[in-house]
Amino acid sequence: MKTTATLALTLLTLLCLSSPSFGQNEGYSIGDEAMDFELTNVDGSRVSLSGMENAKGAFVIFSCNTCPYVKAYEDRMIQLHEKYAPQGYPVIAINPNDAQISPGDSFDAMKKRAEEKDFPFPYLHDETQEVIKAYGGSRTPHVYLLNKENGKFIVKYIGAIDNNYQDASAVTKHYAEDAVASLLKGQNIAEETTKAIGCSIKWTRKSE
Amino acid sequence: MNAFFIKIVLLFILVPDFSFTEEPEPDFKIISFEEFEALTSADSEKLRIYNFWATWCAPCIREMPHFEQASKDNPELELIFISMDDGRRPERVTAFIEKKDIQSPVYLLNDVDFNSWIDKVDKSWTGAIPATLFILPDGKRRFHEGELEATALQDLIDQLKP
Repeated sequence: MKTTATLALTLLTLLCLSSPSFGQNEGYSIGDEAMDFELTNVDGSRVSLSGMENAKGAFVIFSCNTCPYVKAYEDRMIQLHEKYAPQGYPVIAINPNDAQISPGDSFDAMKKRAEEKDFPFPYLHDETQEVIKAYGGSRTPHVYLLNKENGKFIVKYIGAIDNNYQDASAVTKHYAEDAVASLLKGQNIAEETTKAIGCSIKWTRKSE
Repeated sequence: MNAFFIKIVLLFILVPDFSFTEEPEPDFKIISFEEFEALTSADSEKLRIYNFWATWCAPCIREMPHFEQASKDNPELELIFISMDDGRRPERVTAFIEKKDIQSPVYLLNDVDFNSWIDKVDKSWTGAIPATLFILPDGKRRFHEGELEATALQDLIDQLKP
């Protein structure tokens, strides 16, 4: 019995090690159609992509309360929204972290953070983690720039906000902003995907 | 009495390494990505493990003792912790090393232009931490993104070590 259990555990371990971990190689690529969602906002309302009036697209940003990189970028997320929401590309922040694993990311804590920072954009709770799994987000912050084409939301940019989390004045590449600026001008996006160090997603542990 | 005192003084002068601390200080330094690449491309007969972590990262801190234990148990390993902490505040890392009594070397990789180097560490890395790079003596690499449990880490080491 014990041998069977050990064998099962070994097999499971090998399986976990050999498969791409946590869906990092799944999710959307550039040009894919992004799924719509309807999630609860910190103000209690329900927010969806299709429900946004006059939107030409959106910056969907997987975010949270607890990650130092997110904290470093909160003011820049606000600026991005204030600059581009009037031009049709609002920011929609989504917290995918499981509050059981990361208590600082609970819905109540989200409401508090949104109030403290006076977020002008929706801050939604992806409680089932269905949205982040579909998108393939792996860290916070993780940006997906969507463009509305024939009623579909198409993924145009995936990655970081810019190339210096420490100091906004020292940024030399404004990836997310350059991407939307290219869209607005009808030009190709020079860098469609970028990477950054970020906080891992606090995935819900599957019950045994 | 006087002769004895002179002998003691001579001892300090002639033995410069004489020290009152019982344990050696762990190795800590701030490095550039170029220095990191030089480390990883150097020749070694050991299985080298580079664990990317940060003092504020809960899953990183959970898995650290497994790495330290594995390093103690397997002399054919060389473990180096690569800190992603803020290079402007290295004291956060050195205080952590002291508090948690970390024995392995810790290098703070101070390059925030992440997109310029993440793919050079491994193409499959999305940038989330913890993450671990294993380099075999023949230069082959194995990369793991995400937290490792003690058994999973030991299984990987058994598979990879020379």
